Amino acid sequence: MWLLLTPALLLAVMFKFIPLAEGIYYSFHKVTPYLGNTWVGLDNYAKVLGSSGFIDALGHTVILAGVQTAGSVIGGLLLALMLEGSSLGLWLTRTVVVLPVVTATAVIGEIWRIIYFPDADGFLNTILAWFHLGPFPFLDSPRTALISVAAVGIWAGAPYNMVIFLAGLAGIDRNLYEAAAVDGAGRWRRLWSIVIPSLRSSMVIVLTLAAIRALGIFTEVYVLTGGGPANSTTTWMTQVYTQGFDRSDVGVASAASILLLATTLTLTIIVRWLTARRSES
Amino acid sequence: MKGMGGPAPSRFDSALGWTAAPSSTVIRLVIAAVLLAVFGVPFLTVVSSAFSHTSDPTQLAVLPTDPTLDNFRAAGEWRLFTYLRNSLIIAGGGLLLQMTASVLAGYALSRRKFRGQALVMLLFLITMMLPEEVIAVPLSIVLGDLPLLGINLKGTVLAIILPVGIWGFSIMVMTEFMRDIPEEICEAARLDGLSEIGVLGRIVLPMCKPALGVITIFGFIMIWNQYLLPLIASDGPGSYTITVAIALLRDDPSGSTGLLAAGSVLALAPSLIVYLLLQSSLVRGITAGAGK
Repeated sequence: MWLLLTPALLLAVMFKFIPLAEGIYYSFHKVTPYLGNTWVGLDNYAKVLGSSGFIDALGHTVILAGVQTAGSVIGGLLLALMLEGSSLGLWLTRTVVVLPVVTATAVIGEIWRIIYFPDADGFLNTILAWFHLGPFPFLDSPRTALISVAAVGIWAGAPYNMVIFLAGLAGIDRNLYEAAAVDGAGRWRRLWSIVIPSLRSSMVIVLTLAAIRALGIFTEVYVLTGGGPANSTTTWMTQVYTQGFDRSDVGVASAASILLLATTLTLTIIVRWLTARRSES
Repeated sequence: MKGMGGPAPSRFDSALGWTAAPSSTVIRLVIAAVLLAVFGVPFLTVVSSAFSHTSDPTQLAVLPTDPTLDNFRAAGEWRLFTYLRNSLIIAGGGLLLQMTASVLAGYALSRRKFRGQALVMLLFLITMMLPEEVIAVPLSIVLGDLPLLGINLKGTVLAIILPVGIWGFSIMVMTEFMRDIPEEICEAARLDGLSEIGVLGRIVLPMCKPALGVITIFGFIMIWNQYLLPLIASDGPGSYTITVAIALLRDDPSGSTGLLAAGSVLALAPSLIVYLLLQSSLVRGITAGAGK
């Protein structure tokens, strides 16, 4: 029996748990290659929390996580409502809409960098010019970069949430709609009183997944802006990357990683606790 | 376009109460067209730009103008096909390893009750919930000097294949699915003299096709989506995967949009093929993953 579990356990220990344990260990040490590590207690944590780079990054991460989560959840719900149905046309549209889910984040980043080209000649700016808008600098100005990154996140995240919501919609008893119609309930009433309450469990799942994904956001930002311009889009993880790999400060980078892990875990536990309580009642 | 998928929808078929009435159909067609534009056009433009002869480095073509393969020829000179090969080896190897580990572990966890089972489940659940980014820094050190063995994996495909070989999601999907296979069937096979591995390979595995579909598409997307891992696992641009390597194209001033588009298409094509082949598994997987 244990023989069957060996490959999975071996890989998990080697590439997940040993790195995790080392990360915790480094977070309490000053790491110097070849000279050995010295115990510094909570110094690394104090450095993270006291560094303006991480404080700024925290702000950007919270904004990104908030905007992106709200946008992709609302967007996903709208997509699901609009694309619910069994006709071939809808199926084809759904197939196209789901494309961002299967596309590697780095590729999405490259595609959007081309679309966002900041000149009047750029693809999106050309389209906006038809409506007498723009040209916008998108990723090139500190004022628009963060929101442009969030827009890509919403574009890529909403289809994923759509699939979860579609499954939720499919589970609603059709007789409820019919009964509501008999009672004279209109379209909005039906949405508000039947559909939204029925989707509550899908909503909880989608919110947790989206928030956790947004907190650890790295690839999109790294590919789209590299944290620039003028550090206006640095997030917690891009800051960890800079700290750990460009500046080789393994201790501080590990402390920041552990803080991110603690936040994510807390968030997961809170949501699990809330959902568990609700399903009991 | 409408109605080919079955009977005309009644107004009790969907949350918004769409009907087969012409006005309703027109609204839906408009919505579908807008969504196709928002989600389809970015991909369409990149594909057409990859096949277009664009002199202007900023322009994207919605439809290919003056079709050419020049961009792909240029991509070849940038060794993009080598990077693509790296990526395919990693995706193939990683997926094979992940499936093997998950099938074996899922079988063990679903067939028998044993001491420590809950703990093992918990460990696998943690690998699913642990954000990859959190362990990036120590993982890069581990890859450079494997604990106990002292082997340096950096720059080899194994540095990516081995870490992506373990994923709690795949193990959970396999375990849950195998639980629903009746024990009597396995018992009968054992009585017929089949070994434990024989029962797994000949009886259980063929019944697991839907679950295998799910872990194939999700494992593939997960591996193909890796960015940070190939970045920290490489010992220089030579061992990059294609998703990481396309960034090299745009950082070079001599690279054109057409070239970058061609690179993106190469990085896009395999996931697109896997998606189209295993589309139904995708939906099953997203909802299974969401239930966890």
